[in-house]
Amino acid sequence: MSITMPVPDIATLQKREAIIAAMRAIVPGDGVIDEIDALRPYESDGLTAYRQPPMLVVLPDTVEQVSAVLRWCHSEGVKVVPRGSGTSLSGGALPLADAVLLGMGKFKKVIEIDYDERIAIVQPGVTNLAITQAVEGRGFYYAPDPSSQIACSIGGNVAENSGGVHCLKYGLTTNNVLGVELVLMDGEIVRLGGRHLDPAGLDLLGVVVGSEGLLGVVTEVTVRILPKPQTARAILLGFPDAERAGACVAQVIAEGIIPAGMEMMDKPAIHAAEAFVKVGYPLDVGALLIVELDGPAAECDHLIEEIDRIAAENGALTRRVSNNEQERLAFWAGRKAAFPAVGRLAPDYYCMDGTIPRRRLPDVLRRMEELSTHYGLGVANVFHAGDGNLHPLILYDANQPGQLDKAEEFGNDILRLCVEVGGVLTGEHGVGVEKRDLMPEMFSETDLNQQQRLKCAFDPLLLLNPGKVFPRLHRCAELGRVHVHGGQLRFPDIPRF
Amino acid sequence: MSDIKPQSAQDVCDALADAKRDGVRVEIRGGGSKALIGAPRDVRVISLAAITGVVDYDPAELVLTVRAGTPLAEIEALVASERQMLAFEPFDHGPIFGEASGKATIGGVIAAGVAGSGRVTAGSARDHLLGFTAVSGRAETFVAGGKVVKNVTGFDLSKLFAGSWGRLGAITELTVKVLPRPRVSATLAIEGLDCRASCSAMASALGSHAEVSAAARHPDGTTLFRVTGFEPSVEARCAMLPQLLGGHGAMERIDPTVADALWRDAGTGVSLHGEVLWCLHVPPGRTPEIIEKIEPLGARWSLDWGGGRIWAAVDSDAAPVRAIAQAAGGQAMLIRAPSEMRSTLSAHHPRPSGVAALEARVRRAFDPDSLFETERFLGEETTDAD
Ligand SMILES: Cc1cc2nc3c(=O)[nH]c(=O)nc-3n(C[C@H](O)[C@H](O)[C@H](O)COP(=O)(O)OP(=O)(O)OC[C@H]3O[C@@H](n4cnc5c(N)ncnc54)[C@H](O)[C@@H]3O)c2cc1C
Ligand SMILES: Cc1cc2nc3c(=O)[nH]c(=O)nc-3n(C[C@H](O)[C@H](O)[C@H](O)COP(=O)(O)OP(=O)(O)OC[C@H]3O[C@@H](n4cnc5c(N)ncnc54)[C@H](O)[C@@H]3O)c2cc1C
Repeated sequence: MSITMPVPDIATLQKREAIIAAMRAIVPGDGVIDEIDALRPYESDGLTAYRQPPMLVVLPDTVEQVSAVLRWCHSEGVKVVPRGSGTSLSGGALPLADAVLLGMGKFKKVIEIDYDERIAIVQPGVTNLAITQAVEGRGFYYAPDPSSQIACSIGGNVAENSGGVHCLKYGLTTNNVLGVELVLMDGEIVRLGGRHLDPAGLDLLGVVVGSEGLLGVVTEVTVRILPKPQTARAILLGFPDAERAGACVAQVIAEGIIPAGMEMMDKPAIHAAEAFVKVGYPLDVGALLIVELDGPAAECDHLIEEIDRIAAENGALTRRVSNNEQERLAFWAGRKAAFPAVGRLAPDYYCMDGTIPRRRLPDVLRRMEELSTHYGLGVANVFHAGDGNLHPLILYDANQPGQLDKAEEFGNDILRLCVEVGGVLTGEHGVGVEKRDLMPEMFSETDLNQQQRLKCAFDPLLLLNPGKVFPRLHRCAELGRVHVHGGQLRFPDIPRF
Repeated sequence: MSDIKPQSAQDVCDALADAKRDGVRVEIRGGGSKALIGAPRDVRVISLAAITGVVDYDPAELVLTVRAGTPLAEIEALVASERQMLAFEPFDHGPIFGEASGKATIGGVIAAGVAGSGRVTAGSARDHLLGFTAVSGRAETFVAGGKVVKNVTGFDLSKLFAGSWGRLGAITELTVKVLPRPRVSATLAIEGLDCRASCSAMASALGSHAEVSAAARHPDGTTLFRVTGFEPSVEARCAMLPQLLGGHGAMERIDPTVADALWRDAGTGVSLHGEVLWCLHVPPGRTPEIIEKIEPLGARWSLDWGGGRIWAAVDSDAAPVRAIAQAAGGQAMLIRAPSEMRSTLSAHHPRPSGVAALEARVRRAFDPDSLFETERFLGEETTDAD
């Protein structure tokens, strides 16, 4: 792996026994894990190319314990890496050799559901899907739906600002969270937001969402829940090429339709998915679109017809409408299985996550093909077509010397390409360690320093999840230093002191 | 003190460097439509009103990049010409202060976090700001976020700047998400519900599959429900609602030309007369008890966001309103008040000390010399970071 993590602090490693004892005093019972074998399961998250067993794992189950753990680590200068379910695809929960891995898996309670206010208050270890399961009996659901929803925790979703296939219409995590309880690195417990919209003061909740575990540890989350749409229908559309599929997407939006989901797959992804789940995807097309509409039946029926017409106008070769729930799920089965399906084409695959302006799609796919030839590695694409979020899956074999490095190089080139065409490095998976060193592609030194000053406001000793997001962590004192600005006096006629 | 009106983003940077060098505090101003919010103050004003113009607008990408001083009215006309809109429904505060509308700038509505009735389902300014360029209190120009609708690269500083009231930096350029304007917008109304019944009807409507996009109660007692979308869908949902809410009384469909004015009155507090105007953000389940407590103070009120936002006008003794909101788990912002009252009551609801201290540290992260700490927001500027 090409990314270097911070050098472990020898002094910390030497006092490991004392740290374990201190943690045991705070978290009794089986909440502290220190045996080497038992640490193994925690050595990586969903980005398995990166592995590092933690110094030890602490699994608290009360906010007081979280606070005490952080306060102790703060006073002793010990680093802490928060972890939810460990499904991050960017290495956000990758342990450090000299850090406590703080697992939030025991925070599993649904604390309160209020259907009149349409909110659920849950602990961070509750899985994304479990929130929906807790409220679906009353006809509600939690909208953001990452494909990992059976496993990933809401705390991890908050930290990563996760999305899902429905986020074009219903937003990412950030648009669906009303409040959090957060423990700062020094142990202080604060509540940001709550049961009502738009609280006074700076929107600190807004920056905590998506902060990748760098600002604080989330110990409670208040989310909005929505009434489940009455019906959902999908239409499966095959096009000769991505160009025409892209034109169809643009026209759908230009005509004022925001579908619940709009997913595109390229030829390699279609073939892989069909071979895997055999749902009857057309194999003679260059690009496949799945468009889902939800709402009252009258709306779905009307919009399905509109989209069918738009697809025909844009040269669709296949147009199939789901007529029942079984058919709708079959359309999705291939898309949902796209990752494992592509995984069968090669021993390993590497999932990327850039966003581009949609109009640049044909161009980007063409250049990706050139890169594929250059690196001698295959690539399949699934794409959240509505919002321009690309997931290229790079195929490689980690057992072949040099292939992992090549796959990473290829991935980096794809992300550089995304930025070059006006897009961004990550649409939903986060920067983590994976894209950390690419941050300068998108942000100048000044931009990054400004972001890091925010980190310093929350965690001035830089103990929480270091080595992630920022290519270089400057000491806070260094960043705070006041620059002496040159420059001219531009408005000399203003009265001065 | 005189105003400075920079003509370019570089000018803004220079003006802030000047202020820093001079040790003068400054107020960033857009159109000044909200200048009467907050305590009276005498500061150097840096007006962004000349930093105007559309940088990029591609309707199919659903994004718009503009300079911050561009008038809101101009932007609304531009996106309307493509049958799109700013879905957070910003509004102009001028009329609340008895001034003409048309002054508000896009930078100002974003920096003030302004949102209309649709906020309850479509989100606020925070949810639609995708990225920006700003000059910090260090007089450094930096960018944050991006120009695409889906992005999690780096800290989400857009959230922080939306609603920052010009206290972190001067936004010079910004990218917002735009959305298609609904083809049809229908308003249904129930007359004569008291607060409790109205809140219950709004909660039922917002929690139903009729997909109501806004719900408000007009000061005259009419409860309003908005249903938007394509025609067949709107018709089907309008037919559903009376069944879902049957127990609450007869529902009537309001003529669209009349409806706009009703929504404006219910959603912006503009028709509530009185010296003092409060805007409360509260857990909607607590709204009836809040209204029961503020009515005896002589409050005239309207509800928006399904009861989650209360506009309340009172004539005197304003302080109890804030205490009542807080006791019910909510907050109260002082929007309009005589200057003596604004000198003693802070515009923004005070935060608990831990959060206030964290906010102060965050402000120092962008503004180390307290350049933007005028006396406007009472009780906050003294909380200094360590
Ligand atoms: C098969 C698969 C499909 C996926 N599909 C999607 C998808 O469709 N959309 C999408 O957005 N993502 C997707 N992901 C990525 C991943 O599931 C999300 O990022 C998820 O939110 C991570 O949650 P987690 O609980 O596993 O967090 P972890 O992986 O444990 O941690 C992720 C980050 O959050 C921090 N963190 C975790 N809990 C807390 C807490 N309580 N307080 C503070 N910080 C915390 C960690 O430090 C780390 O930085 C997918 C992953 C996989 C493996
Ligand atoms: C009746 C009424 C109700 C209101 N309700 C609300 C409400 O619900 N929520 C709310 O948030 N506000 C509310 N306001 C406040 C508000 O003051 C405005 O009407 C408006 O949106 C301002 O646009 P403007 O261009 O005139 O901004 P200004 O009044 O000039 O500025 C508004 C704020 O934004 C800052 N600002 C302006 N431009 C920039 C920029 N380019 N970069 C950085 N900061 C900048 C200013 O420093 C100031 O703090 C309300 C005001 C009124 C009168």
